[in-house]
Amino acid sequence: MTTVPGTRAPIRRDRSRIKVRNTVLTVITYAVALAFLFPLVWMFLAAFKTEAEAFASPPVFAFTPILENFKNALPSYFPALKNSVIAAVGSTVLAFVLGLPAAFALAVYPTTRAQGTLTWMLSTKMMPAVGVIVPLFLLFRNLHLLDTLPGLILMYTTMNLPLVVWMMHSYMTEIPFAIYEAAKVDGASVAQEFFGIALPLSTPGMAATALLAVIFAWNEVFFAVNLTSSDAAPLSVFISSFKTSMGLFWAQMSAAAALTVLPVLIFGWVAQRQLVRGLSFGAVK
Amino acid sequence: MTTVANPTTTTASPPAPKRGLKLTPAALIWPAMLYLILTTQVPFFMTVYYSFFRYNLVIPDDRPFIGFGNYTTLLTNPQNLQVVWNTLVLAGGTLILTLLIGGAMALLLNRNFPGRSLLRTLMISSFLVMPIVTAVVWKNMLLNPVFGFFSWVVASLGGQPVDWLAQYPMASVIAMITWEWTPFAMLILLTGLQSLPDDQLEAARLDGASPLQEFRHIVMPHWTQAIQVVVLMETIALLQVYGEIYGSTSGGPGLATTNLPYFIYQKAFAEYNIGLASAAGVITVILTNILAIYLLRMINRTNQTNKGG
Repeated sequence: MTTVPGTRAPIRRDRSRIKVRNTVLTVITYAVALAFLFPLVWMFLAAFKTEAEAFASPPVFAFTPILENFKNALPSYFPALKNSVIAAVGSTVLAFVLGLPAAFALAVYPTTRAQGTLTWMLSTKMMPAVGVIVPLFLLFRNLHLLDTLPGLILMYTTMNLPLVVWMMHSYMTEIPFAIYEAAKVDGASVAQEFFGIALPLSTPGMAATALLAVIFAWNEVFFAVNLTSSDAAPLSVFISSFKTSMGLFWAQMSAAAALTVLPVLIFGWVAQRQLVRGLSFGAVK
Repeated sequence: MTTVANPTTTTASPPAPKRGLKLTPAALIWPAMLYLILTTQVPFFMTVYYSFFRYNLVIPDDRPFIGFGNYTTLLTNPQNLQVVWNTLVLAGGTLILTLLIGGAMALLLNRNFPGRSLLRTLMISSFLVMPIVTAVVWKNMLLNPVFGFFSWVVASLGGQPVDWLAQYPMASVIAMITWEWTPFAMLILLTGLQSLPDDQLEAARLDGASPLQEFRHIVMPHWTQAIQVVVLMETIALLQVYGEIYGSTSGGPGLATTNLPYFIYQKAFAEYNIGLASAAGVITVILTNILAIYLLRMINRTNQTNKGG
């Protein structure tokens, strides 16, 4: 208490110096952030250029925006978009159907075994996809699941299920336990607790989890490349068809890429706060 | 008989569910468990099984058991050892860079200034971009030796245009993946910083701590958990990098940027060498798990120390 008046003075004297320092730091922050955004900005700009402008050197900064690239990209974009939407939404729904009851049971009936189960589920995330791809590929081939959407949905569900269980578990443990107890006293069944209490009270958590699961499935490359080829090829496979284009279709490639990343960018910006929780499996909130 | 509603019953055990609706906790957990066992554990054991055979899809009927033959082939060929080394360099290099840049960015964003939340939101963009988009955009529009933006920058500064992916393949790939993963580190580290109580910093400042001392003795200890989370999550993810390499260098030139996932993809889907690919898959899983278990132990130890303190 008594030290406060004595130390106020030097702080005041330093104020202008601190102000300059703060401004400098803010400018640096903006510069770094813009540098990180540049590749994306450059890509979005190229989407509105003519092909000649897109790979002109020195680069063109002032140009008349055109929409032709988007028009040209759309015919091959739409089938891939359809596959991506079905695979992302389908796998998210399936992961919820399987994961929500598990998350509920683990949250409401916590035992030592439940903790172990939870850890085990997380550990499946440590299994690199390359450790399972060979048998899965052979299995899919025999079951005629190669290059089909159900096959892709099955794999994306595997990828998202631990995420759904962990995130929903963390949201459901936040529901006050007294609510469940009151319901039990009133004779509620497990199903009533699940549908009547746990689900309605964790709706915001479900929205955040769903958004994350969709983003992960949308951006997935490994299973997409190795388990699909044409019929079920999602956007990641469609974009990879541009990997050999040597400077000829930059504008069209940029338009396709812009259409591919824009939905996820918007989702991610919206779900920004929940992103941390999901990405760290609740370890950092 | 006992199911008659009794308001005085306050036992912790759930009431017996009605007939036909036997939703016990175990019944709720099993579908998810079973699904994960079927799609991760079973295939992994099959991978282990295949890894002991000389098995090529081109000659599917000739499948002799060769014991650890595939592993010996993998671990004695210096080229394959380079692939393991590449995997570690790629993951380690990216991890260090993302921690440094992401940490600095988190410190910069953890201040009050106009446009702060907008910058924070925009900064996460590159993490959300599909890896294959990152790869094709960087390869074509930024790293291209003739028309790429970076070459133009170098040339306009008076330097020689550089064929980045040919001359500095690993550095280029690391730069690209660092661009993608820095926002992740930034986001987690920033959240870690924001949970640091202001009064602690203020107290240190009033005690006359220099910014450096403040960082070392107050920010760092508090930051440890967030840093560990970044290290653990990124290690697991970066050992599995595939899309960025598939879309940019295809593992080349030579083997310069081939990591284990890309190597397995080549062995399995280009050479149809199922046995060798399986053995490499097993090695990747073992490598990932050794690192993950080690890191998890470290995190648990820190958590316990924090709780005790």
